[in-house]
Amino acid sequence: MTEAEFEALRAFLKARSGLSLSADKRYLVESRLGSVCSRFKIESLSHLVREIRSGRSSALEKATVEAMTTNETFFFRDKAPFDLFQDVLLPKYLKERAASRRLRIWCAAASTGQEPYSLAMLLKEAAARMAGWQVEIIASDISTEVLEKAKAGFYNQFEVQRGLPARLLVKYFAQVGDQWQISPEIRSMVDFRYLNLIEDFSRLGTFDIVYCRNVLIYFDAALKADVLRRIANTMAPDGSLLLGASETILGVTDALTLDAAHRGLYTKTSGAGAPRMLASAVR
Amino acid sequence: MNHCLIVDDSRVIRKVSRQIVESLSFRVSEAENGEVGLLACQAEMPDLILLDWNMPVMDGYTFLTRLRATPEGQHPVVVFCTTENDVQYITRALNAGANEYIMKPFDKGILAAKLEGLGLLTAPTAG
Repeated sequence: MTEAEFEALRAFLKARSGLSLSADKRYLVESRLGSVCSRFKIESLSHLVREIRSGRSSALEKATVEAMTTNETFFFRDKAPFDLFQDVLLPKYLKERAASRRLRIWCAAASTGQEPYSLAMLLKEAAARMAGWQVEIIASDISTEVLEKAKAGFYNQFEVQRGLPARLLVKYFAQVGDQWQISPEIRSMVDFRYLNLIEDFSRLGTFDIVYCRNVLIYFDAALKADVLRRIANTMAPDGSLLLGASETILGVTDALTLDAAHRGLYTKTSGAGAPRMLASAVR
Repeated sequence: MNHCLIVDDSRVIRKVSRQIVESLSFRVSEAENGEVGLLACQAEMPDLILLDWNMPVMDGYTFLTRLRATPEGQHPVVVFCTTENDVQYITRALNAGANEYIMKPFDKGILAAKLEGLGLLTAPTAG
């Protein structure tokens, strides 16, 4: 793959998925796209780039984007965002939405489903306090392949052990051969949908809680600011956004404000009717 | 520094588990079966016990029920680490007082995530 071909691939990935690949990530492209070449019987990465440029195969374009997305996830990943949900956010919204008894949650980069299913299990555990409530969990991802896996709800032994308490494993999973399948009652609580965050997602409606962890780190500052602004627009006035613990919005947007008491938790900036990008984000 | 007792009849498993647990900043001692494990607990009650199921002399399940029958034996966090991966074993272990259950083989990531869940480790800040 020549330098020009690598540049063309970088431009394609950015335009299609927002993925901002630095020039030193050539090894990542080579390691991840080899399997796409094999699958489509393409002899080299140079040929793959040529095929993509020709625009002849949308299936190849889709497979290339999916191969470059990172789908690392596990149940109750990082623990704190789920403790926060159980101990802070759920009690807050049970109180504040007591009249409507309606709660809407969006997992914006759901990958293979462990994050939304972790929330669904916590909601199920809180069922005694939620009689009569209508709770919606929308889980979206750019990869249809991971969404299919998420919908099926099958996980291997490694996946069900990493972060998932054994108590919840025996309660909400069934052993199917050497796999574990999450129960139909938990699966039915999550609505999986294809969504590319660089495109308009206002049709999803308004959310009380948004989880968007470890995805914006792959975007450049301008796109990150744009996505955060649009996420803020989907949030209820008292809505909550959870980003990854290592992510920051400092200098990126003023549409959201960090909750000083809880790392990774953001609320809509009060008075920010029309959130704007900060100048530093669009340089 | 928290103290971890590894109860497993396999010397290899004990060695590998020791390396993982020491890398998570635990002080480690070992026992090759449940009986030796109970004696070790009488001498010094650990904070964490990694427990195999099938062992000669005394198996892990018997060890756990005897440990939890004593007031001092309520203290340690007990994590079964076993090749028994049937849901009935897991349920039985939890009902007998195990705090967690890990199916072998496992790696540092799995154990660390379990210990974070049990409050014995702090979750890393990076996502």
